[in-house]
Amino acid sequence: MTRIELTVNGEKRSDEVEPRLLLVHYLREVLGLRAANVGCDTTSCGACTVLLDGKSVKSCTVLAVQAAAGDVVTAEGLAPAGELHPVQAAFRRNHGLQCGFCTPGMVMAAVGLLAENPHPTEEEVRTGLEGNLCRCTGYHNIVQSVLSAASATGAPATGVSA
Amino acid sequence: MIPAPFEYAAAESAEHALRLLAEHGDDAKVLAGGHSLLPMMKLRLATPELLVDIGRLDELAGVTTDGDELVVGATTRHADLAASELARAEAPLLAYAAAQVGDPQIRHRGTIGGSLSHSDPAADLPMALVALGGAMQLQGPGGTRLVSADDFFQGYFETALQPDELLTAVRVPRRPGVPWGYQKFVRRSNDWAIVGAAAVAGRIALASMGPTPLRARAAEEALAAGASPADAAALAADGTAPGEDIHADREYRRHLARVLTRRALEHQTG
Amino acid sequence: MSILGTRVLRTEDPRFLTTGGVYTEDVVDDRLAGACHVFFVRSPLAHARVLSVDVTAALAAPGVIAAFTGADMAGLPEIKPSAAGLINTHMVQRLLATDKVRFVGEPVAVVVTEHPYQGEDALELVAVDYDPLPAALGYEPDDASLLFEDAGTNVAGYWGDPSALKPDLFDDCDVVVTETINNQRVAPAPMETRAAAAVWGADGRLTAWIPNQGAQGTKAQVASMLAVDADQVRVITPDVGGGFGAKFGADPEQVVVAWVARELGRPARWTETRYENLIAMTHGRAQQHTVTIGGSRDGDVRAYRLEIVQDAGAYPRIGAVLPMLTILMTTGPYDIPRAESVAKVVVSNTTPIGAYRGAGRPEATAAIERAMDLFAAEIGADPADVRRRNLLAPFTEPHRTAFGALYDTGDYVRALDLALEAAGYAELRAEQARRRADGDVRQLGIGVASYVEITGMGDGEGTPPQENATVEVHPDGTATILTGTSPHGQGHETAWAMIASEELGIPVEKITLKWGDTDLIPEGGGTGGSRSLQQGGAAVQQAALELIDVARLRAAAQLEASAADLVFDKTRSAFNVAGDPDAVVPLTQLAQNERLLIRTVFSQPGATFPFGTHVAVAEVDTETGKATLTRVITVDDAGKILNPLLAEGQRHGGISQGAAQALLEEVVYDDDGNPLTASLADYPFVSATEVPSFELAEMETPTTYNPLGAKGIGEAGSIGATPAVQNAIVDAVSHLGVRHIDMPVTSRRVWQALQAARSGSRQPGTEQ
Repeated sequence: MTRIELTVNGEKRSDEVEPRLLLVHYLREVLGLRAANVGCDTTSCGACTVLLDGKSVKSCTVLAVQAAAGDVVTAEGLAPAGELHPVQAAFRRNHGLQCGFCTPGMVMAAVGLLAENPHPTEEEVRTGLEGNLCRCTGYHNIVQSVLSAASATGAPATGVSA
Repeated sequence: MIPAPFEYAAAESAEHALRLLAEHGDDAKVLAGGHSLLPMMKLRLATPELLVDIGRLDELAGVTTDGDELVVGATTRHADLAASELARAEAPLLAYAAAQVGDPQIRHRGTIGGSLSHSDPAADLPMALVALGGAMQLQGPGGTRLVSADDFFQGYFETALQPDELLTAVRVPRRPGVPWGYQKFVRRSNDWAIVGAAAVAGRIALASMGPTPLRARAAEEALAAGASPADAAALAADGTAPGEDIHADREYRRHLARVLTRRALEHQTG
Repeated sequence: MSILGTRVLRTEDPRFLTTGGVYTEDVVDDRLAGACHVFFVRSPLAHARVLSVDVTAALAAPGVIAAFTGADMAGLPEIKPSAAGLINTHMVQRLLATDKVRFVGEPVAVVVTEHPYQGEDALELVAVDYDPLPAALGYEPDDASLLFEDAGTNVAGYWGDPSALKPDLFDDCDVVVTETINNQRVAPAPMETRAAAAVWGADGRLTAWIPNQGAQGTKAQVASMLAVDADQVRVITPDVGGGFGAKFGADPEQVVVAWVARELGRPARWTETRYENLIAMTHGRAQQHTVTIGGSRDGDVRAYRLEIVQDAGAYPRIGAVLPMLTILMTTGPYDIPRAESVAKVVVSNTTPIGAYRGAGRPEATAAIERAMDLFAAEIGADPADVRRRNLLAPFTEPHRTAFGALYDTGDYVRALDLALEAAGYAELRAEQARRRADGDVRQLGIGVASYVEITGMGDGEGTPPQENATVEVHPDGTATILTGTSPHGQGHETAWAMIASEELGIPVEKITLKWGDTDLIPEGGGTGGSRSLQQGGAAVQQAALELIDVARLRAAAQLEASAADLVFDKTRSAFNVAGDPDAVVPLTQLAQNERLLIRTVFSQPGATFPFGTHVAVAEVDTETGKATLTRVITVDDAGKILNPLLAEGQRHGGISQGAAQALLEEVVYDDDGNPLTASLADYPFVSATEVPSFELAEMETPTTYNPLGAKGIGEAGSIGATPAVQNAIVDAVSHLGVRHIDMPVTSRRVWQALQAARSGSRQPGTEQ
């Protein structure tokens, strides 16, 4: 067992972990943060994406011990409880999710993308999300969501609140 | 999906890492970004007893110059190499290759040292190193040695790196302003290359045409003798040993090698 | 102003976006405290006798509580094939293989551990001794290697009678074209893999959390496979991360988890890995089509024959029955004087075939749409013109086809013309002509596909298609709906709330939807076959209206007026005496003394038939063969649209899956039956870079079969897009002599077709 200390969603954590404990399982099972999902075995699908030191990473391919001294942000930590981060709000406005399984990872990848490229073209959004798979949406509204979030003035919503 | 159990040691320095490798030999593997090694371990295709983590050693990361060479530290992340202004100016083919690896999340973690020591013949950086004519800097108990890209990649997932050595840096010639081309033929954008071709300064390297990245020497010779890109590229598949898989048979790979080589010689990227 | 037809944002989204959906693996429940973890030993061979299973070493591994084999479950009943009797009854399955394994991935034993990380360590220690047998594969599996010795054949059954095919069907045709086409095996690959959590209570009842598309059907199957009374089983449906047809009912693994929980007297949980999902969740499609199409030189199609071989995989499940639906939709939207269709079902040493988005209908459309293009190419006509010439004329009275389908409403020519106009078809053809004349390396292809499909077909056992709903209004101003549907991304929480809100005048955000708990909702048809809105939504509307009727009587009593003099004002959600707005009683107040709820069943006269046309535009690099899908333009007429935002999402998802089948996806086995595409790195699940944004044109031809005027939309996208994209890629190189390329139309297949055309040889239809 190895002791790791890190920050998760702004809170300091100190835990003893098995070296082989994957970061995604540390978040889900030790911390109870289950928004990040495991969708594959081959680092292909991105459903586990979180931010580590500000960069989007696939938490299924990071050992918890590798995240020691790091700063992790998950979908749960993007905004205060009851509120939506602008990217989350854009996904809602644009119907960028259906079953929701890929969504937390997709949102974190989008946050990471926009941090590096605040005004992407449609092509850059698609390439920027090449590491995140979705079976339900056909990506169309996910792309609209990210472009909407990126737009300085906020692109026109494609939906209205009830 | 879950690696077999192993011990873990965070190296405090390159020397510390070397001591651990010397002590444990074949039972130990070096962990940097983990994006070549951990996928193998999760599938239990690799079951090291000890991981020596060099991922946090700043001394091994970074892009600098040293005379007429660009020097890239082994734990430099693909994303950082791709974004490096210095690399893009001095060895743009290398920076571009780093930008093609996997997807953004993979590029935030994967390192050039990890990718090169993994030595997948379908990968971007091994092909790029062979095209560039670079060299790998290996540090071991006996000191430091340089191994050229042509000699470093020895077989499927096999390199000149010994179990008690650490790949510490990669060196490539500085060639600012020299035209280059890079072609990666894929099924989906974040796949490995079905066939790849990279060309710069008269050198042509191919990915997925054999157990290691290969030089298209017949094509290089034709080019040096004044042949056009199209005529030189017609020889690109000579001397290659492509495999067959769900993506392509040998004949199709040879055809792609010729087409991609021509496009790379025409300085196209794609 | 009516809320129906407006783009209401999903009320369920905030939790999915922040804390995430609660999928089966995420469920935290006191009843599951201390759960053990189940892991499956699976066959590494496609076909073998099982000589022995030794779990001794596994039992000694850290954290292993128990290990079980098929012998331990010998008392449980065999799992009979679907449509047993029509399908060979010897082709039975067991929860865990006993004497034989019949596909790579078939479960053979289980290991149960304290901690999930211990499972894979222990699996490696189970020793199974196999005696390998030759694998029977493909559409003509070798009868020399029988999967079921007692069956005496690998043919599971027939739909239709091959001996009844008429040899003279094409006698009056000037032109006859025939081709054998592969509608390849694909993997549904929902993002959430299969899972289960199970616990038995002190009362002897099983509570099982299982991701599914209809809890009531899942419960029935669990009870049947466990040989317990149905009322001993409660199925709870957590959030489900996609189903696409493959999460109907229950799979053997899920029943084994329940059995383990009972055996150990302890809750048990299981989540499969993606590798297991890609080899052991049912696959889709796997039909071979021999199409023969004939007609006149000027474009009238006079006759069409579809001969189907369905590879059902190792055990005949839903996949063995789907050809019935393919046959039903043989002629699609066309008016073809003579048509016939038959299917042979075979078993093979591969993963069983189940339902997958469209489930039998995409196959019919793919076959006839390819046939239309082959016919058009043979007579040198434009593919869109040939379609227009042969489409059924518009009808408002139901139209019965020769195959027994009763199309409710349809205007197929208008859908075609609308799609072509939206695509700028004439400009596209002009651009194609220009590139052909210039000999561009990058050629342009335009593919058209017209379709009609059957939705909401009911259970096929004589009862009209139907669904139940319960609507209750609470004194605190909120309302609850119980539905027999089972949303897994379709947005029913919002959509059913919209419907109820419209009738009750209660705001959408104050309406809660419940589904998927069989103790709460004992009956229901689930969500699949694009049935939910037309039947489930209509049931919600009907329940709300009936509730208003009941409430009206209470209001009359309270206001001491006659019911006939009362008006229900939706804007205030209140009854008032006509002409006297102050004599008012709010709806919710009428729930104060006595519960105000209605349960109703909505029955529909029959299935409905949405239809449309897809146009796909592809660029093909003629040097490498690689196709890039640049545009998809669709008309998907599903009647009146309740929430355009949700409907568009369904169309996008369907189009993407349909396009993916045409472009890339295929489950591949080697000659020994080993799966070669058993990870998401190898199985080419498309990412955002492989598909463009989609262009959706609007057309609504309501059905008269339900008050919402709604037909189903969930599967239409996958039905139209597959042949449109396939046709587009073939079209891009048709001027170079290519007539057909099988799916997936990979770059290698395109290149091989170009090579064959250049050398003048006949293109292979089904070669790798």
